[in-house]
Amino acid sequence: MLKSLVIMSALLSVASQFGAAQPSVQVEPFTLKGPRVLQDQTRAAVIRDYLQSWKSFRGALDQNSPALLDADFVGSAKDTLTDTIHQQAAVGLRTQYQDRAHDLQIVFYSPEGLSIELTDKVDYDVQVLDHDKVVTTQHVSARYIVVLTPAEVRWRVRVFQAVPE
Amino acid sequence: MKLRSSMLISSLASTAMQFAFAQSATMTIPKTVEAGQGFTVASVGSGNATLFIVGPGQVLKRDVKLGEPADFPAGMLYSAGRYVALLEVGGAAAQTEVFDVLPVKDVANVNFLARPSRLPVGLHDAITGAVYVFDKYHNLIAAPESVSFELAHPGGAVEKRVAQTHDGAAWAAMDSTSQQGADTFTARVGDISSMRVVEQVPGDPCGLKMSAKQSGQLLDLSTDPVRDCSGNAVPDGTIVTFTEVYHGAQSTVDVPIKRGVAEVSMPIHNGATISVASGVVMGNQIGWGK
Repeated sequence: MLKSLVIMSALLSVASQFGAAQPSVQVEPFTLKGPRVLQDQTRAAVIRDYLQSWKSFRGALDQNSPALLDADFVGSAKDTLTDTIHQQAAVGLRTQYQDRAHDLQIVFYSPEGLSIELTDKVDYDVQVLDHDKVVTTQHVSARYIVVLTPAEVRWRVRVFQAVPE
Repeated sequence: MKLRSSMLISSLASTAMQFAFAQSATMTIPKTVEAGQGFTVASVGSGNATLFIVGPGQVLKRDVKLGEPADFPAGMLYSAGRYVALLEVGGAAAQTEVFDVLPVKDVANVNFLARPSRLPVGLHDAITGAVYVFDKYHNLIAAPESVSFELAHPGGAVEKRVAQTHDGAAWAAMDSTSQQGADTFTARVGDISSMRVVEQVPGDPCGLKMSAKQSGQLLDLSTDPVRDCSGNAVPDGTIVTFTEVYHGAQSTVDVPIKRGVAEVSMPIHNGATISVASGVVMGNQIGWGK
């Protein structure tokens, strides 16, 4: 009985570690393509909102809950992730994405100010759970291209796509 | 006690066998797959397994027979991104691989933002257009593409710019033409184009000039036809302000342009100075009865 408790405790500890770690974030200097000047406030808001979108993304795919995407995703990014969540749920999967490190660079601010594009060299672990049983944990490094557009009070992710480096 | 031990041994043996099967099963998956294209995952081993394709863009599950190729038909995996392929045997992961799904090379959709939709004529780099290019599955095409921007006036004048996409995005700035009218602003990649209408309206009045004529106790003031610096008629309804200053007092009248001119009658005051303006544009001055 004691042994079971110890094992359970260890498993819970590992599980909570998987979900709790804060990623390291590095922001590269930007050389924008485009005529529009990027103000520091805008830059900070875009990065803040993008990193927040990872939290929503993690929660939504872990809990198979598309509603968690609403605040931070819009358009095709939201549609794609919503479809993915439905596909996961249909086959009894959950996925836990834990971002470990982000290396961000803002690359394009459209002239009319209605979109910002950034790249993110991100390291993350993806843990696949089949009917709540951990099947594997895989480390992934990827370069994401992200396009954000302004909403009422925040920037929302409209394109969220990994591309080969 | 004996029964419990034998059940435990049996369970351990079963787990060990599953582990052994999982260890012996392997798969080979392409490192890259074009979105929407069919592909095959080869496997080695015997028995049944489950193949998962997992990524933010899609999740697929497939029962496979080890040793036989698993075909994924065209159109099944179409969302670009980085994926994890997982071969599961007996509830345990036998092999995990990372691979990429690449966007289709052909552009199918040009997402075009053009601003403004209405502006005065004759402004430099005042019209901007930005594009993002996508394939038929709405994947952003990150490979460089040449984008042609064209601003065409109904009179036939065409202004062109060519830009290259970087990470799927490109932009251009165009001058507004010297003639008013509805221009078409087009962004084109290969055969795919997207068009917006940009209304060009006359600019601020240019060379605003009035004349005065006495009519009894009143002074009839009338502008020449009001035009911008390119010769386009400033639209009716544009406000023209007449100001009369006399003996330290001032009278101001705002008049809309009607049929191309602005007219008003003001009381005569000897020694008055009358000026005309529209917005920030000043016209001429007339001194009366000095």
